[in-house]
Amino acid sequence: MNITVAGENSLIIYFDQEIGLDVSAGFSVEASAKVHQAVEIITNSLGDVLVDLVPSYASLLVIYDVFRTDLHSIRPQIRELLTDIDQAEKSEGQLIELPVYYGSESGPDLALIANKAGLSIEEVIDLHRSQEYQVYAIGFAPGFAYLGEVDERIAAPRLATPRQQVPCGAVGIADRQTAVYPSVSPGGWNLIGLCPQRMFDPEATPTMPVKVGDRVQFKSIDRETFLSLGGEL
Amino acid sequence: MLSTAVSLPKAGFLVKQPGPRTLILDIGRYGYHHLGMTTGGPADPLAFRWANRLCRNDQNTTALEVVGGLVLESTITTQLAVCGAKTPLTINGRVRGLWRSHRVKPGDVVELGFATEGVSAYLAISGGFKITPSFGSTATVVREGIGGLNGNKLEVGDCLPCGSYENSEDNRCLKLPKGYRPVYGHHAMLRVIPGYQQHDFSRYQQRRFFSHEYKISSRSDRMGCCLEGPEIRPNIDGILSEGICLGAIQVPPDGQPIILMNDRQTIGGYPKLGSVLSLDLGQLAQLKPGDTVYFEPITVDDAHNILHLADSYFKKIELLVC
Repeated sequence: MNITVAGENSLIIYFDQEIGLDVSAGFSVEASAKVHQAVEIITNSLGDVLVDLVPSYASLLVIYDVFRTDLHSIRPQIRELLTDIDQAEKSEGQLIELPVYYGSESGPDLALIANKAGLSIEEVIDLHRSQEYQVYAIGFAPGFAYLGEVDERIAAPRLATPRQQVPCGAVGIADRQTAVYPSVSPGGWNLIGLCPQRMFDPEATPTMPVKVGDRVQFKSIDRETFLSLGGEL
Repeated sequence: MLSTAVSLPKAGFLVKQPGPRTLILDIGRYGYHHLGMTTGGPADPLAFRWANRLCRNDQNTTALEVVGGLVLESTITTQLAVCGAKTPLTINGRVRGLWRSHRVKPGDVVELGFATEGVSAYLAISGGFKITPSFGSTATVVREGIGGLNGNKLEVGDCLPCGSYENSEDNRCLKLPKGYRPVYGHHAMLRVIPGYQQHDFSRYQQRRFFSHEYKISSRSDRMGCCLEGPEIRPNIDGILSEGICLGAIQVPPDGQPIILMNDRQTIGGYPKLGSVLSLDLGQLAQLKPGDTVYFEPITVDDAHNILHLADSYFKKIELLVC
C-alpha cells in the first residue's frame, strides 16, 4: 500500500505495486478486493472529513475537507485505518446476475467477434456468459461499470470509429473488458447483446445494481423474456 | 437571518433568450463519484460566491452560470446580482453595474450581453432559484443529463422558480468595493501541488513544464482545459485508470497537458503531474482560447495555508450599502 498526494485536498492510495508499469498485464482481483474493503473502512470511519471517494482498479482516491483536517492528520489516520487490510478477511462483494438478450438483432458485432475468433456465435455467447466478472471501476458515465476479464478468445479492440449512438443497455466488449451501457451515448465497444436491467436509475435505490468489488455473471435470455423484462428493441 | 416569503409556484424568472450556455448550479455535487458522477458546479467559484453574498444568500445557494448572454423576464419582486466576467448588464434597457445587487419587480427584463473580459458570469437572486436537487445538488452536468431543470442548459420558455423577496429588516442593495473585485486578464499563474505520477516525469520534463508558457486551446470545455506548448513526456505510457481530482494535470500521448475541470470524467488512465490549486482554477476558467498560463509548484502545506487565508479574507471583506 502506498499513499500519494493527488491534489490540495486529495490523496490516492495504491494497493498494487505494479501500478503504472504495465496496463496490459491484466487486472488484479486481489487489489480490487482491497479497494472495495478500503472504501467500506474509510466511509465508516472518516465521517464529515470525507468529501468523496473514487475507487478504481487498484487505487482509491480520497477527497477530504481541508477545513476539517489536513494532510498531516489524515495521511497517518488512513494508514492506521488500513493497517490490517492485508490480513483482513477477503470480502468478495456480491454476485449479481444480469440478464442479456444475445443475438444479431441485439448485438451487431457478435458475428464479427465470432468470425475473428473462428467460433460460432453460440460459442461466443457461451464464453461471455460462463465467466464470472469482477467490477473493477465505475466511470466514463454515471453507472458505467468496467467488468473484467473476458475470455481471451473473444477479446476485441475498440471500434476504429465509435458509434454515434449506442443504445441504453447495450452489452459491449473492449479488449478484455466488458460493460453494459447505462444510458444512450456514443461508444466504441463491440456490441453483443442487450440487458433489460437498468444500470443507472436516478429514481431507484440503490441507483446502481452493482458497485466496485462486486462480481457479475450474465445470464442468456430470449427475445420474449427480454421484452417482458422491459427491454426495448 | 433574513425572512424570505415564497410566493405562488411558477413564479420566478422566464427565460426569453437562453444564450449559448446558461447552467443552473450550486457549488457542486459531492459524494457520488463512486457512481461515476462528476462534481459540476461553478467554473469560477469566487465570482459565484460573491454573487450569492451580494444577495445575502448562503454560499451554496442555486444561481446561474451564464456564458455568452441571457435574457430573463421577472414575474416577482426580488434582488439580483451579477458577478464574474465583465458582461454588459441591463434592466429594462438601463445599464447596470456588476458586483452589486439590484432590485427587480414583475415585468422587468434583465439582459446580459457577451463578456468583454472573462468568460462566465454568475447571476444570483435573493433566496436562490428553487430547484429540486438531484443527488444532493442542483448543479447541471449536461454530459450526464443531471441537475438543473431536466439535466440540460436553459432553453427558451423555461421558468426558473423562485420566491419573492420581502425583507422587513434590510432590503438595501449591496456592493463589493472596487478594490476587492477580481480582474480577468489574458494570462494567469497557476499554482500546482505536484503529485500522482510526478516521479514518472524526469526532472528535465518537470523543469520544462514549470518553465514554459502554455496557450489555452479552443478544444477546452467544462471537462478539461486543453493546453498547447512544449511537449511533456512521462517515462511511462499509461497507467491503470484511477480517480481524477479537480485540477489534475494529465498528459496524454501527444504531450499536451490537460487540466481537468468541474465536469471532468471521474477516472482516467493518463499519467498526471499533480493538480492545480482550486483557487487558481477560477482564473483559468475565465481565460479564452489563445490566452496563456504558466505553472509554479507549491507544497500541500502552502496550499492548505492559502486556502484558509483566502476563506478568511473572503469572510472579512465587508460589503457596502448602495
